[in-house]
Amino acid sequence: MELILIILLGLLYAAGVYLILRRSMVKLLLGIMLLGSGTNILIFLLGGIVKGKPPVIDEDAKLFQDIFADPIPQSLILTAIVISFALTAFAIVLLKRVYALVNSDDLDDLNTPEEEDI
Amino acid sequence: MLLTVLSGLIFSCLIVPFGKILKTKWSIILPIVPFLLFAFFAAQIPLVSSGNSLYQHIDWVSSLGINFDFKLDGLSLLFSLLITGIGTAIFVYALSYLKGHRYFDRFFGYLLLFMSAMLGVVLSDNILLLFIFWELTSISSFFLIGFNNDNADSRKSAITALTITGLGGFFLLAALILLGNISGTFIISELVQSKEVILNHPLYPLLILFIFIGAFTKSAQFPFHFWLPGAMKAPTPVSAYLHSATMVKAGIYLLARFTPILGDSELWHYSLMIVGGITMLYASIHSLFRIDLKSILAYSTIAALGILTFLIGVGTQEAMVAVAVFILAHALYKAVLFLVTGIIDHETGTRDITVLRGLGRVLLPVTIASIIAAASSAGLPFVTFGFIGKDLIYEATLHYPNMEWIWILTGIAIVTNVGIVAAGLMAGVKPFLGKLPQQFEKIHLPPFSMWLPPLLLSALSIVFGLLPWWAGNYLTGSAANAIHGSSFPQENLAIWHGPNLVFLLSIVTLVLGVIVYLVNKPSLSKLQAVEKLNNISPQSIITGCANSFLRLSDWITGLSHNGYLRSYHLKIILFAEGLLAYKLWKSGPIVLDFDQLTRPDLYEIAVVLVLLGALFIVVSTASRLTAVVSMSVIGYCTCLIFVFYSAPDLAMTQFTIDTLSTVLFVLVLYRLPSFINFASKKILYRDAAVSIGFGLILSLVALRVWSEPIAKDISDFYGENAYILAKGKNVVNVILVDFRGIDTMFETVVLSIAALGVYSLIRLRLKPTEKE
Repeated sequence: MELILIILLGLLYAAGVYLILRRSMVKLLLGIMLLGSGTNILIFLLGGIVKGKPPVIDEDAKLFQDIFADPIPQSLILTAIVISFALTAFAIVLLKRVYALVNSDDLDDLNTPEEEDI
Repeated sequence: MLLTVLSGLIFSCLIVPFGKILKTKWSIILPIVPFLLFAFFAAQIPLVSSGNSLYQHIDWVSSLGINFDFKLDGLSLLFSLLITGIGTAIFVYALSYLKGHRYFDRFFGYLLLFMSAMLGVVLSDNILLLFIFWELTSISSFFLIGFNNDNADSRKSAITALTITGLGGFFLLAALILLGNISGTFIISELVQSKEVILNHPLYPLLILFIFIGAFTKSAQFPFHFWLPGAMKAPTPVSAYLHSATMVKAGIYLLARFTPILGDSELWHYSLMIVGGITMLYASIHSLFRIDLKSILAYSTIAALGILTFLIGVGTQEAMVAVAVFILAHALYKAVLFLVTGIIDHETGTRDITVLRGLGRVLLPVTIASIIAAASSAGLPFVTFGFIGKDLIYEATLHYPNMEWIWILTGIAIVTNVGIVAAGLMAGVKPFLGKLPQQFEKIHLPPFSMWLPPLLLSALSIVFGLLPWWAGNYLTGSAANAIHGSSFPQENLAIWHGPNLVFLLSIVTLVLGVIVYLVNKPSLSKLQAVEKLNNISPQSIITGCANSFLRLSDWITGLSHNGYLRSYHLKIILFAEGLLAYKLWKSGPIVLDFDQLTRPDLYEIAVVLVLLGALFIVVSTASRLTAVVSMSVIGYCTCLIFVFYSAPDLAMTQFTIDTLSTVLFVLVLYRLPSFINFASKKILYRDAAVSIGFGLILSLVALRVWSEPIAKDISDFYGENAYILAKGKNVVNVILVDFRGIDTMFETVVLSIAALGVYSLIRLRLKPTEKE
């Protein structure tokens, strides 16, 4: 399964990079989101994956009796998911705003004429 | 002494609030500043001429070795007197010259700043302090050259001058730091003790090369001379002050100051002699072809600076005396010639010597001053100080220790001096002789504050010429001692040494100079013929280099900053790929332990396949809605992977967030048009290759890291203490809200800020005008 996840995260990264190289602003945002999920899986994988052993201590115990999944990558990813949602939400509203102003999804329409002259 | 240096700066700042008042009759207080300073330095003459020096030390940035160390010795005193003395004359003169000018106050602000900086240069005993003032002179000179800032030529000249002197300053800083590191001190008077260490150091040639570049750029030596004629765009008082009498001599001062420390090698002597020799020959011949008064004077100034460099290169005791005397003599007569030029320009409106004639009748006091100055520059025997200077130059070349060189050196000196004589006559005498043309008949004498300063300065040429021992005793003698670095017995300056070879040479020079003056008829056509050579002059080469450098950076900027976000992304990603690939390649082969792998179940593979399918749709679809929905499929599949592999918290968060994002996306963006494909096939393939490369490298990185054993200490700590310390059984939750609670709090803050942003963006109503 690890190898499959490794290939999967590679593909997620590839798709993300491909999308941020496009001209559309929405695709740019989707690309960033894909890069985020790729990174989440990367971190998740590097903590070592275990099946069916969540890092929750049993009801009647004070300590873990068995091996347990690494909690640190999980808390990192949790933070990452929440923060990336903040980014996404803001970006979506910003996109709408830009669309209302220039009536386009094309990044190049945002270039000012001076910049094009350079 | 700190006060003397700072007073100019303080007054310069005071001009900002009180500038308006100074434009009225109160302007009369301005020349008092340099005059008081002059009086202070004049009062030190007895002390310094008896062989003592004045020191002052005030801590500034001692940890870096930068302190206010000042020292007043013979050389500093000579320069200080020139700066403040000629400064007083210039200030008085400029009061009338710029009367009613829009930027009258600003001009004096710059001038005071410059005067302080220049005093700082000659008084500093700390080489870093010296450098600070050195740069200040460049900057104030930039403002003064570009003073007529509505004139494009003058702006260009100012930039040229700043570029050249700034470049030199950069090299000088390198040299000074090198010097300090080699010897371990930044104090000039202590550097002398490390002389042997410095001379034998392997970096010594580099060190003096840098010092030379610093000095040559400042003192307009070949091939950096061209900024000086350009600097003549400045108002005439500035040309007289900065570009003949003081600032351009800062380079000479630097060389003279470092002679006792560095000047004991063949490299030093020969380079200075060669550069000085080329400069003086080149400039004195050039000056004969000029028709603009200021240009003539500029080139003859370069020639004089060449002579000074050359004499420092000769390096004998006699040469040092000649340097000191010639600095004084040249400053006195060249300042007068410039001031006279300023008056002529002011009154007639032209500086063209082919037009100017017969002004002697209308501008009598000016004529007297000018003719005396020209005579001094020509070295008229027995009455002028210039004669003494010329005499000493010949003595220095004739007594050069290496017999074979004597005639070459003397020959160069004669040719240069002939050129200087002729240039002096052209600029100082020619405009006043002959018949007054009709167009100039209405000219009248300017106010006395304009003609008095040149007259007084030229009178000094005569006074020192008649009483040379006086100058020698009090001024130049101790200066020569300081340049040489030790006291040596000097024959005092005298008018008459008997009818010897030196006297003969002086007479020959004078006669030849007069002949050249009579024969040489400069005209516009000749000037144009000479200017054809400009294509191969150092100026055009350096400007060419500068221009191609500008084009190069323009090209690079256009290439890298084209304003398209995706091209920046492409570059960043390619660079990251390169770095990561290099690191992977360096870190050796990846060893996999296949026993560690978990066996995938069928339903897991199915989830991954669904995810991949959704991924493909996101990348390839033309419909925005499809892309957004596929995004949520990817999110839910990730969520399932988290569920399978023991991360229930992650799964729940991911599920919530994904649902929210999708809803938001659809709600907000449903009106947008569908995707348009702008890119060509070729670009798509290129981007696909780049992305797949990136994904591949990231997979390899993941594999690499995964194959290494991980340290579990921290995880185990959290696992063991989650309940014992924090009374929580879900370790992930405990980490987030307890162990790393403050992090989570700030995360909440970030979320709130984003929420505020979202809210305000949604609430913001567009004005109709803002809509495109």
